[in-house]
Amino acid sequence: MRVTVLLPGVLRQHAGGARQVELDLPGAGATLAAALDVVAARHPALERRLRDERGALRRYVNLFVDGEECRRLTGADTPLRDGAEIQVIPSIAGG
Amino acid sequence: MAATVLLVIGTRKGLWLARSQDGRASWEVTGPHHPMVEVYSAAIDTRGPVPRVLVGLSSEWFGPNVVISDDLGVSWREPATAPIAFPAGTDAALRRVWQITPGPVDEPDVVYAGVEPSALFRSTDGGRGFELVRGLWDHPHRPDWAPGYGGQAIHTVLPDPADHKRITVAMSSGGVYRTLDGGESWSAVNKGIRAGYLPDPYPEFGQCVHKVAPCPARPERLYAQNHGGVYRSDDGADSWVSIADGLPSDFGFAMVAHPSRRDVIYNFPLKADSERFPPDGRCRVYRSENAGASWEARTAGLPDEGFWTAVLRDSMCSDDADPAGVYFGSRTGEVYASRDEGDSWARVAAHLPDVTCVRAAVV
Repeated sequence: MRVTVLLPGVLRQHAGGARQVELDLPGAGATLAAALDVVAARHPALERRLRDERGALRRYVNLFVDGEECRRLTGADTPLRDGAEIQVIPSIAGG
Repeated sequence: MAATVLLVIGTRKGLWLARSQDGRASWEVTGPHHPMVEVYSAAIDTRGPVPRVLVGLSSEWFGPNVVISDDLGVSWREPATAPIAFPAGTDAALRRVWQITPGPVDEPDVVYAGVEPSALFRSTDGGRGFELVRGLWDHPHRPDWAPGYGGQAIHTVLPDPADHKRITVAMSSGGVYRTLDGGESWSAVNKGIRAGYLPDPYPEFGQCVHKVAPCPARPERLYAQNHGGVYRSDDGADSWVSIADGLPSDFGFAMVAHPSRRDVIYNFPLKADSERFPPDGRCRVYRSENAGASWEARTAGLPDEGFWTAVLRDSMCSDDADPAGVYFGSRTGEVYASRDEGDSWARVAAHLPDVTCVRAAVV
């Protein structure tokens, strides 16, 4: 199955300048975590800005799966459909 | 022609670089580099063929990082994989890099990092990649180390300049630890340092040591600013004696030793734990020229009133020039420099974000 990761401007430099990254995931029913594992292999400097070395999603980075923030679904375990869009949006934070 | 001196200024919202080419009479300040990213640690490594600036970044959004510049801040690079990461099985994640310390001169590729949560990492490739020093991570005391207000971190890393197997670290809280076998085993070395906030005021460990400064001219000597108490050790941290008499307060964060004069040290006292301002709001650096036996306020060029701010543990430093330069930055974004060993001061920058660290060197 294939999914698309949409990147904000601030992170594109870590994916070779791309606005979006297409991922081919093995098998059906892959999860968001599996997609991020593929990102880690291809763009490790991007992936470590999305989750820490334990695999925990960074607190102020929001990942929307087909328009729904993944924490409102099942987090990193959120299943993906073929053709899913994962949109990365930094949270409003800081002062 | 005067040597170029680089002053690295880390803040809550980015990095500023100040460069002087006229004997530190004037400074060209550039920044912000890495805007909106906290710069909590920095080092200027002058051991290699070109000076290297290493910076510990903490993004609220994208996590911690270490970046390197070999052209004095014109460009920065980072490895693809995380420079510092806790290995699988530790169930820990890096929160912040509190300290970056180049290793001994004759180990030019060795760099140490002290991090939060309390751990020591070692690089053997000049700071591109680091590995966890397991001996300290596995220390039986670790479950009892407790976070101070700023977090549970190793904020001081002091590799011995001659003995590669001897390293001293300090953490808040937990205190001072030392290895004599290259990091395999570690001992708490806090004898004489008071922990006024614990039932036993002189425990083996648990002190909230804020900063330890090495004495480059006499490696077995160390100076410490504690959470209440200022100390000197003349035996490599085996024991500590108070040198707080003569200071207006024994509370503070910063502690700096002169780069070549063995008895000269600098401190920036704050009134108390409960009042973290300079006494009477007066900006004063205290200098001792006799290893802490007596102290004298150095004030020329500094604000005489209304300085209701603080200097954090890594926000005061010296350079390696002769005469030595001394520098500090405040939480209100002012940076001062002395080019005459603390006798007089001039403002380098103002209205920056909170200054979290400063480092300076002849480059």
